[in-house]
Parts: sequence; C-alpha cells; structure tokens
Amino acid sequence: MTFEAPHIRVQDLNVHIGDHHILKNISLDIPDKKITSFIGPSGCGKTTLLKTFNRLLDRNKEVRIGGRVLVDGEDIYGKDVEVTGMRRKMGLLSQRPFPLPMSIYDNIAYGPRIHGTRRKKELNGTVEHYLRATGLWEEVKDRLGSPATRLSIGQQQRLCLARGLAVEPEIILGDEPTSALDPLSTQRIEELFLQLKDRYTIVLVTHILRQARRLSDYIVFIYMGEIIEFGPTEEVLLDPKERLTREYVKGYIS
Amino acid sequence: MSRKFKAALFKILMILSTLIISGSLILILWTIASRGVHALTWELVSRLPEGGFYIGKGGGLLNAILGSLYITVGSTLLGLLIAVPVVLYLNVYSREGSRLATVVRFTFDVLFGIPSIVYGAFGFTIMVWLGLRASLLAGIVTVTLVIIPILARAMDEVMRRTPGELSDQTYSLGATRWETSLVFLRQCAPGIMTAILLASGRAIGDAASVLFTAGYTDNLPGSLTQPAATLPLAIFFQLSSPIAEVQDRAYGAALILTAIVLLFSLSAHYFSKRLSKNKI
Amino acid sequence: MTRVRLIKDRISGKLFLAFTLLSILLVVFVGIGLYGKSVPILRQSSLSHLLFSREWKPFKNRFGFLPYIAGSVLVTGLAILIALPLSLMTAVFISEYVPNRIKRLLVPFIDLLSGIPPVIYGVWGVLTIVPFIQDRIAPHFVEFSSGYSALAGGLVLAVMIFPLIISILLEVFGTVPQELRDASLSLGANQWETVYRVVLRKSAPGILAATVLAVSRALGETIAVLMVCGNQTAFPHSVLDPVYPLPALIANNYGDMMSIPLYDSALMLAALILFVIILLFNGLSRVVLYRLERRNNE
Repeated sequence: MTFEAPHIRVQDLNVHIGDHHILKNISLDIPDKKITSFIGPSGCGKTTLLKTFNRLLDRNKEVRIGGRVLVDGEDIYGKDVEVTGMRRKMGLLSQRPFPLPMSIYDNIAYGPRIHGTRRKKELNGTVEHYLRATGLWEEVKDRLGSPATRLSIGQQQRLCLARGLAVEPEIILGDEPTSALDPLSTQRIEELFLQLKDRYTIVLVTHILRQARRLSDYIVFIYMGEIIEFGPTEEVLLDPKERLTREYVKGYIS
Repeated sequence: MSRKFKAALFKILMILSTLIISGSLILILWTIASRGVHALTWELVSRLPEGGFYIGKGGGLLNAILGSLYITVGSTLLGLLIAVPVVLYLNVYSREGSRLATVVRFTFDVLFGIPSIVYGAFGFTIMVWLGLRASLLAGIVTVTLVIIPILARAMDEVMRRTPGELSDQTYSLGATRWETSLVFLRQCAPGIMTAILLASGRAIGDAASVLFTAGYTDNLPGSLTQPAATLPLAIFFQLSSPIAEVQDRAYGAALILTAIVLLFSLSAHYFSKRLSKNKI
Repeated sequence: MTRVRLIKDRISGKLFLAFTLLSILLVVFVGIGLYGKSVPILRQSSLSHLLFSREWKPFKNRFGFLPYIAGSVLVTGLAILIALPLSLMTAVFISEYVPNRIKRLLVPFIDLLSGIPPVIYGVWGVLTIVPFIQDRIAPHFVEFSSGYSALAGGLVLAVMIFPLIISILLEVFGTVPQELRDASLSLGANQWETVYRVVLRKSAPGILAATVLAVSRALGETIAVLMVCGNQTAFPHSVLDPVYPLPALIANNYGDMMSIPLYDSALMLAALILFVIILLFNGLSRVVLYRLERRNNE
C-alpha cells in the first residue's frame, strides 16, 4: 500500500455534544511512525479528538460530528464504512487498564479469535509473541490461564497494550495511558512506546508536559476545542509561536 | 417544648419504630420456624399425597415441591430468554441517551409493580382464548410474565454500572456489538446470578399467578399440558382445613418454602453487595 | 468471515429490538386482554353502576363492586396508616442516626424479609394476628369477632410493606446532598432539626412517591390478605368487620366463574380496575423518583 496521505488525516472536524461545541474546525495530519502528543488543559477536547479517530463517540446519541477523518485515505464517517475493520486498525489504551473478564491468554487471543484465527498453535504463537513484545512473557508464562484481573495494575496496562497489538493495528491511541500507574510502571510503558514507534503511528493524550517531552516527536496544543499550535516537540515546548501555548507551557493556564 | 426535649422524644420514637419493625419481622420467622419444625418430617418432603391425605392420613407434599420446582426452573429459563436480549439491547446495542431505552426502563419499572393476581387473570384469559386448561405450561408462562421485570431490572442495573472502558476496549479490537455482548455477559455474570436468584425466589413463592393457571393435583406433573401442584397453594389449601393434622402440614410446608426463599435471598446477597432495584 | 460476523451482528440487533418492543408491549396486551373479557358485562350495565352498586348477586346477574372496593380501600388505608409512620421513623433512623456498622446489618436484614412470599405472611397472620384480634382487641369493642377482619388484613399488609417503604425512603434520603446537612448543623441546628427541616423537606416528593408505590402494592396484594380478612360480601362498617377486597374476590371465585353467565366477565373487570389504578399510581410515582434521581446525578 502506498499512500500520499498519512494514516490519519483530519479535515474540518467539528464535534458537538448536546449544545456544547467541543471541537472546532480541526484539521490535522498525524505523522506516520512517530509519536504525536495532544496536550492542553483538562476539558479542552483532546480525549474527544482521540476518540473520533476510531468512532468511539458514536455510542452517544447527543454527539454530532461534522467534517472528515481519513484513515488510510478513507473517510471513516462516510457511508458504507465497515466500522469494525476500521477500528481494528487502531489499538486503544485507556486511562485505567481494563482487562476483559477472562484469562491472561484469552485476553490476548480475544482479538485474533474474533477475527477468525482458530488454530491453537497459531494462537499460542501470537500470545507468546505479543507478551514478549510488551515484556510480560517472563512474568506471566507460568500462569497464562489465571484471570487477568489478578495482575498488578502496571502489568494489566501492558497486557492491554499486548492485546491491542495482537490484532495487528497500524496505529496506537493512548488516552493518558499512564495516569493510573506508579512511576516504575509508567517508565516501562514509556519505554515500550519508544520501542514501538518504529512500526506504529502513536497518538497520545497526556496532561504531563514532561511525559510529552520525553516521548513525542510532535506536539499538538489544544485549547477550548481548537488547535492552537502543532509542530515538532522542541519547537512547541521551547519556542512556542503562540501566546496561549507559552502561557500553558509555563504553567499559567492549566 | 424545648428543642432538646423534642429531639430526644423523636429519637426515642425512631428507636421504638425500628424495634417494632425488626421485631415483627423476627416474629414472623420465629412463628414459622417454631410451628413448622414439629410438622417437618421426611414423609412430608419425600412422598405423594395418599388416600385420605386431606383428612389427616399419610403422605407428603412431593407433588407440590416438585411442581414448584418445575415452574420455578421453567419460568426462570423462559424469563432469561426474553430478559437477556432486552438488557443487552439497552446496554450494548442502543446508543447512550436513547429515548427508547428510557421508555423501556420506565415500562419495566411500572410492570414490576403490577400485582401477580393481574398477571394471573391475564394468563387465564389467554389460556381460555387458546382453549387450554390449567397446566404446568400455563403456570410457567404466567409466572414468566411476573418475573421478567425482576430479571430485566436487576440485570440492567448491573450492566449500567459496567464501566464504558469495557466496550471501548472490545470495539477497539474490532469486535461487533454481538461479540461485545458476550463479553458483557461474562463481565456481569455475578449480577446475572443475583438476578436469577431473586427471580427464582419470587417464582417459587408466588401464589396468585399460579392459582388460575397451574391448577392443582395430587400427582406429579407428567407433561407440560397437565396441571401441577405448587407449594404456596399447598400451604394455602391445607391451612383452610379444619383438621389439625392437615393444618400442621401447612406449617411444615411454610417452613420449607421460607427456608428455600431465604436460601435464595442469602445467596443473591452473596453474589452482589446490594442491588437497590430488587425491591423497589 | 467478516461478512458472517457483520450479518450476525445485524440480525441480533433486529432480534433484540423486537424482543424489547414486544416485552414493553406487554402492558398493552394485558390491558387489551382484560378489557376484551370485560366487554360483555360493560355492555349489560354501566361502569358507574358497577362501581357504586352494593348488590352482588351473580345468579341474578347483578354485579355491584362497591363492597369489594370499600374492602380494598379500608384494608389498604389501614395498612398505610400503620406502616407509613413506622417506616418513615425507621428509615430516618437508619439513614441519619445509625452508625454504618449497624446499618450494614440492618439494611440487608430488611431486604431479606421483603423476599418472603405473601403466603407465609398469610400463615403468620392466621397464627398470630387473627387470634390476637379475636382475644385481645375485639372484646373491648364488640361482642364477638372471629378476628378475621379488615384490621387483620391491614396489619398483615403493613408488615409486608415495611421493607418496601423503607428501601425506597433510604434511596430517597440518599439523594439529599450531604452539604445541606452539614450546612444546617453548622448553623446550630441539632440533628433532629436538621432531619426535619432539611432531609424530610427535601425528600417530600420522594416520600409521597414511596407512599403511592406502597398503596399500589397493598391494593394488589392477594393471598396474604385473603387468608386473614374474612371474605364476606358486605359493606364494612368497622375495622373489626370482615371484608372482601377486590384481589381476594378474583382469587376466590375463579373456580365458579365459568359456570355462571357474565361472572368471568365481572371478575376480569375487577382485574382490569386493579390494573388501571395500579398502572397509574406506579407511573406517577416513578416519574417523581426519576426526577429525584436526576437531581442527585446533576
């Protein structure tokens, strides 16, 4: 597949929830195989923007979406879009890890199974591969059959990452994925992101500026539903062009 | 009256009320237990009514115990068959804030309050309309109507409390709503168990709905189209007898029924801390 | 593969929607079913005549529901009169005074008892309430009473609806914001004044809704009342008279109703009347409770 366009391209996106105009005229190209962070004060719309990428807002009746989100050149809000296939292209890490109510093994195998992999050998390989990729294999290889909820919260989040990777997405979406974790687990997740960015396009929502600086190649600063500034990390954080960005980076607005 | 006096007076009244209410409830359990325990024999639970049963001769209530069991199991299964799709529709398929979901929830709250005698009468009209006689099947169908609101409301309450992350996660993996439903059921398994136990407790103890529809017989129900005896009706009929031995059996049966229902309630409590919707 | 999954998803969606619609249409079906059966008797005499006539002679085709309606009203009224103050006091006590440790024991205990079947309450009534009235209460007022009376029905019903009223009230009091209590206490009000002026006042609509729900539960209760209330067709003049509430009428006569013309129609009309009144009461109180819940969530 060759595309001129990036994996994710947003054009004139507007989101209303009830009477609130949450996102205003968003246009954005997410750089491929890089880490892009959305930063901004809480309530600015950064999580909403993230969730428009795989149509997770659809479930709420109050939400109205205008504009286009192109994933691999296809408008995901167009007619006849096969939502499940589209969503599969993106793995999601939420604020709190949420293991599915089943064993460690079945959590990883869940995605491949629903998409048609039945052969035990193949599944075993997949499970081991992604548990290794997230550094969990050595920790859990003796208790693959035990419930995933028995893992520590940091391990759970890595399990969720492995589960997302197992359906072979192109994109990883992280909605403040370390906010529930202790410093050590946070560090492990961050290391994983840095390892994964060679192969995946990663979009992170974070409210921790230092995390954004440590991880991201690009930064999008969002304020009151609008993109104020978008550029390489160093530029946005060290030499912001906009007054609002400067004030946010210095901690005047939060 | 001074402020302090008033406060003290009402506190005393409140303590009294609490004592009266708890006391009367304990008294019920005590009455049933003390009167029933003498009448409780192996014969009562293991044998069918024999000749002269209703003038105090031998036999037991196996017909009613098994009849109640059949009706409870049958109606709970049938009720689940209808209630599970409904709660999945409300919590997985329909969108948040959907008008239909609000209407459905309201309707179930209202249906929950309809007394079983009305369901019984309705079941009876349907039965007559279809040309059926009082039978196990008619009893099961009618009791199902009684417990569908209980099942639906209890399961709905558990599912509504399931965090949105669950469906976010399954959808992100490319799951369909149907596949998400299966994960939902697994996540809510303890809550579903609670709902089943609550509904069974109601099904086994309800008399007014089976009075018209299930009939009564001294035999075991051989098929769905034959009448079936039930425990509540066994208690009801035998208590109205003037013969002491027969009345005693009613007390024994009352103890059995109470024990079964309390067992259900206690296990329901074990599966879920407290479902507020099971009672109101 | 994906196609099959999507088809499965779509079919299940349609099917589940159908189940949902069908299940809520049950209300309509019940209404239509009972109405259809009531039509013959409504053709014969007017509704107001049926409701307000005292004459009940099925063999002569005269069906006056007044004695039964009066019986239902009397028993229900007594039950509410006894249960409401006691339950209100108890619910306030549990919600506002009792330490959590005891609350955790008391609330499940009350919940547990609301699961006990009506027939058990009936047995209890026959064993304790009826003799109590016959031996201890009635002799002070009348020459003879068997104890099977409106009062017995009211007492048994009151005990049955304790758990119901208390559960709802606990939910209702829970919707009163803690800040309001704190504000009242910090202004120097003592606990009772806070309860009276803040908690009870704020909960007034909820208390009303709880009462209406309790009334509709009491109106529809059948077996327990039937076992203790005497079941004699006569207009009651005192609470010690035997009464014959509507549900008891339906339950007691289902056996004969097919053999007398219009009898079945009359009984189904009785069920329809119960259904409509309870539907109305339930709907109204649910609306009030929804409002309270929403206030709490905002």
